[in-house]
Amino acid sequence: MIALVNLAEEEAQNPLLPPLPELVIGLIAFAIVFIFFAKKLLPNINRVLDERRAAIEGGMEKAEATQAEAQQVLEDYRAQLADARHEAARLRQEAQEQGAALIAEMRAEGQRQREEIIAAGHAQIEAERKQAGTALRQDVGKLATDLAGKIVGESLEDVARQSRTIDRFLDDLEAKAADGSKAEAGR
Amino acid sequence: MSPDQTLAFETDCHIFDGCGFPAPGLHSFTFEPIATVGGIEINKPMLLVLLGTVAVVVFFWAAFGRAKVVPGKLQMVGEAGYDFVRRGIVYEALGKKEGDKYVPLMVSLFFFIWIMNLWSVIPLAQFPATSIIAFPAGLAAIVYILWVSLTFRKHGFVGGLKNISGYDKSIGPVLPLVMALELLSNLIIRPFTHAVRLFANMFAGHVLLLIFTIASWYLLNGIGIAYASVSFVMVLLLTVFELFIQALQAYVFVLLACNYIQGALAEHH
Repeated sequence: MIALVNLAEEEAQNPLLPPLPELVIGLIAFAIVFIFFAKKLLPNINRVLDERRAAIEGGMEKAEATQAEAQQVLEDYRAQLADARHEAARLRQEAQEQGAALIAEMRAEGQRQREEIIAAGHAQIEAERKQAGTALRQDVGKLATDLAGKIVGESLEDVARQSRTIDRFLDDLEAKAADGSKAEAGR
Repeated sequence: MSPDQTLAFETDCHIFDGCGFPAPGLHSFTFEPIATVGGIEINKPMLLVLLGTVAVVVFFWAAFGRAKVVPGKLQMVGEAGYDFVRRGIVYEALGKKEGDKYVPLMVSLFFFIWIMNLWSVIPLAQFPATSIIAFPAGLAAIVYILWVSLTFRKHGFVGGLKNISGYDKSIGPVLPLVMALELLSNLIIRPFTHAVRLFANMFAGHVLLLIFTIASWYLLNGIGIAYASVSFVMVLLLTVFELFIQALQAYVFVLLACNYIQGALAEHH
């Protein structure tokens, strides 16, 4: 500083004293720059920066909305998928149950039919046996009476007598058969 | 124009020629008028200021004139510079709400000062216009008038004086001394240092560049060529350093301006 002042004295000029023309020119030049910036250029760029911010924020909002929508769709889809799985499982279960019930029913029905058929068979056999027994008895009686008539020479036409005789004969036969079976069982 | 006026030193002077080192000095900062326009003698620094004004306006006109939402390259560079000053300096010091009003002023100050500084290393110009005290002084005066008037408008006359003088009853008996010193410091020394900080940095930087540039030429004789190469390397290094200092000083000037305004708007501390 001192050196500077000394130099300034020697050269008869002070670098710290502003010359007026430079001061004026400098202020005018700065005023021009300032006016351009303040009136035109900075409002211009600020408007654009605001627009850009709005655009970016709008874009981000849109992206967020899209993302939320995608998430929603995904959740819906997942829910639907889960529902479908449940439904399928339920249907399968139901089908199984129905199948089992059907099988049981069929089995019961089959059993019932079988029993019916067996019962019917038994009844038929019994009936046929009775019919055969009756026919046999008549035939045997007829044969026996015919035979006896031929032997005795007397017609045993009298039905009551005839049947009594036949019955006695058959009872004897049955008693003999019972004795025989008893003797067989005893042996 | 004679060569004496366009170059900072004599070109036919070399070491071992019986010729002394043409050291730079205050005479390196005085220029003969190039032309006279409307009674004002235009010299090289004035011309550089005017060209710098045109350069700043043209650049930002090209960048922001037809600004688009999707920026071009030039607009991107302009926006980066604008945002640096706006967010990096003004909003930092003043906050977004208070600071928005002063953004145009600070942006203009920053780029105006920067281009004035930048002339220092731009070929053919090679002179920082801000090393002429008138230019920083004018800018510092604008800032000074702004913050002083803001102080009185915000706090009234007495409140403004209290604000500037750092009035604080809790200090006790030394309060008058503190107030006197604060008044002196803020009202008289502050604008001076604000201007001189920029001026002196650019002045010293230019002298440094001149010394090594002149030496590189002056030593270009015989064995001196070896030294000239060292000197030339120094020119290159100092040019890079100056590029840094130029931006830094523009930044500091604007930052201080913001701090002064912030102090003016602040409540009593």
